[in-house]
Amino acid sequence: MRMTGARALVRSLEAEGVDVVFGYPGGVALPIFDELYDAESIRKILVRHEQGATHAADGYARATGKPGVVLVTSGPGATNTVTGIANAYMDSIPMVVITAQVATHVLGTDAFQETDITGITIPVTKHNYLVKDASELPAAIHEAFHIATTGRPGPVLIDVPVDVSKAELEYTKPPQVSLPGYKPTYKGHAKQIKQAAMLVSKARKPLLYAGGGVLASGAWAELKELAELMQLPVTTTMMGKGAFPEDHHLWIGMPGMHGAKYTNYSITETDLLIAVGVRFDDRVTGKLATFASKAKIIHVDIDPAEIGKNRVADVPIVGDAKHVLASVTAELRKMGAEPRTDAWMRVIDDWRGRFPLHYHGDDPEVLMPQFVVERVDAMSREFNDVIVATEVGQNQMWACQFHHVRKPRSWVSSGGLGTMGFGLPSAIGAQAGRPDALVIDIAGDGSLQMVSQELATARIHDLPVKVVILNNGFLGMVRQWQELFYERRYSESVLGQDVPDFVKLAEAYDCLGIRVTRPAELDDALKRAFEHDGPAVVDCRVHPEENVFPMVAPGGSIDEMLGGIPGGPVSEMLDDDLLEEVWE
Amino acid sequence: MKHTLSVLVENKPGVLTRVASLFARRGFNIDSLAVGVTEDPTLSRMTIVVNAAETPIEQVAKQLHKLINVIKIQDLHPGDMIDRELVLFKVNAAPERRHEVIEIANVFRAKVVDVGKNSLTIEATGSGDKLAAMEDLLRAYGIKELARTGKIALARGSKES
Ligand SMILES: Cc1ncc(C[n+]2csc(CCOP(=O)(O)OP(=O)(O)O)c2C)c(N)n1
Repeated sequence: MRMTGARALVRSLEAEGVDVVFGYPGGVALPIFDELYDAESIRKILVRHEQGATHAADGYARATGKPGVVLVTSGPGATNTVTGIANAYMDSIPMVVITAQVATHVLGTDAFQETDITGITIPVTKHNYLVKDASELPAAIHEAFHIATTGRPGPVLIDVPVDVSKAELEYTKPPQVSLPGYKPTYKGHAKQIKQAAMLVSKARKPLLYAGGGVLASGAWAELKELAELMQLPVTTTMMGKGAFPEDHHLWIGMPGMHGAKYTNYSITETDLLIAVGVRFDDRVTGKLATFASKAKIIHVDIDPAEIGKNRVADVPIVGDAKHVLASVTAELRKMGAEPRTDAWMRVIDDWRGRFPLHYHGDDPEVLMPQFVVERVDAMSREFNDVIVATEVGQNQMWACQFHHVRKPRSWVSSGGLGTMGFGLPSAIGAQAGRPDALVIDIAGDGSLQMVSQELATARIHDLPVKVVILNNGFLGMVRQWQELFYERRYSESVLGQDVPDFVKLAEAYDCLGIRVTRPAELDDALKRAFEHDGPAVVDCRVHPEENVFPMVAPGGSIDEMLGGIPGGPVSEMLDDDLLEEVWE
Repeated sequence: MKHTLSVLVENKPGVLTRVASLFARRGFNIDSLAVGVTEDPTLSRMTIVVNAAETPIEQVAKQLHKLINVIKIQDLHPGDMIDRELVLFKVNAAPERRHEVIEIANVFRAKVVDVGKNSLTIEATGSGDKLAAMEDLLRAYGIKELARTGKIALARGSKES
């Protein structure tokens, strides 16, 4: 069938099952936006800044498992997407970004609003396309979705010159993708799987270390099955939150810089680290040389380049987490392997009892940020579908520590890039993908101000997200580092709690705004916000100089943590009698 | 330690940029890079010489493999490959010393391809060692200009699978 490039583009999106597009129009994008106008099956969400579009698409993808789709214009529209693309790339989130481009005959001449967006995004996309010939457009779109969603997922960008949008082409169903250089490995190597099962069956102090790859692969049921079969304790990274229920006895917290002491002790003491869909990131490992240094390492990842990148694996397994975990479990069943972690779990529970996460919160006049998160956690439990997004900084770390994610795809937080301003737009995207969920953004006052204009998007598109601001009047995490490592010289980290007035700001966007200054007011405010049928902002005036503890000093070993209940390194924390039992 | 990677890629615009940019951002140093189309016009072969003292070559290869347009990578071992480089030397050679320069060229089975009033241009091909030795000798006369293609290489026939 003959049609324009723009129509073929929209047809292709429909063929991929796209139901939401986050966008922002402009000159050379108009032919595409004009076609989109008639596409009834696609919900169009007009953001207020293109960065918001990419973050919203990212949140949509995390909440639904489907690729997020973005459509913007050339030049500044395209460059505004870069942070959001980089964020998705670092966290392996499937996304397709379509940028309009100046006409092919002026490409390379510094035409009005021309930027080399494919050049700019090479380092932050899984792949990208500049489509110069209309006839290649449908295949490029089809390939882009294939690449974004298979193997290790990631963002793919397609740059579409305006004359390509206007040109006629013959649209047929795109053929099978043929990408000779792209063949992700899904099935793990049988011999390696056997070896892994053997190690798991023999280990006395095993530990599962699970990350975002488990969520990307949809492997949470397989993870739970393996953990329960062999009674393996599980630590989930910030990216892996939700891959294992955090109210399960075998869940032993988040590892790394702001992990609990008992989690980091367990990693330091384990004799077999089963790493699944993780990349031994420096925020997790601290000093690499002392990270799980007593352990043999099984490393499962679909990206071969992750295996051995930071830590050599004794048993490397390239494959999809879902498939590999199921195979290891099947192998263990075949061997008749029995759990032997009873004593090891008692060691961990002993640490868990002695070194819980804690804070001082008994002053009825002082609202503690951790208390706010605890109440959000408790009060959201009454809703059966809850998604928590975060901004970046202390707010994010307290959310990690005190909010317990119980289901997969219910946690939306910027990991690898640590992007302030991710929370609100990603919450909006998550809400667009799961309209019935209660979506909460746990925010910092600094981060929120990078994207607060998206409250308009939330209000106008009926996306009733709830923003709970831990308003400390500082760039809190920066201030914390300055307090600890720069003699309290608060250089450029002071915001003040009063400007802007977030309640008035909320009201300006026709959202519900509530201020909370005392702990006693909190539950009522949260209840009102959660029950409000539109977006709401709860401005929690929290203790301005509270710190996130415990903390691994940058470059330090993870069992030597600052703050929290005194204890560590792990060599001094071992109970000899309990340890003996482990080996009996 | 130097590694010679023979990389088969799709012959499409932008592929060279993707490869070069990957090396730059991952901090891998390229000694030389030569690229040209193969017997199949849809494919190009890049021969990349990498100094892999610091970065393990395995990580370089794995990252390269992640580029969608990269089809195959071989890490060629010195004994298992035929490698060649072509160099053009423009050497100072006043008429009375020309014969000396020509003699050197002959010893290395190189060709004189241009003669100027006071210079000779010599085309030489061979392995890196041979060309380095020749360059050393020619330096005595004064090398005015030098251009090299970078190494190209193929696995030896006897090593084919
Ligand atoms: C876009 C961006 N700029 C700068 C930083 C560096 N940074 C990390 S945390 C932080 C402070 C965040 O402040 P706020 O949003 O108020 O959260 P808090 O730490 O107070 O909870 C900054 C500036 C960043 N992560 N992202």
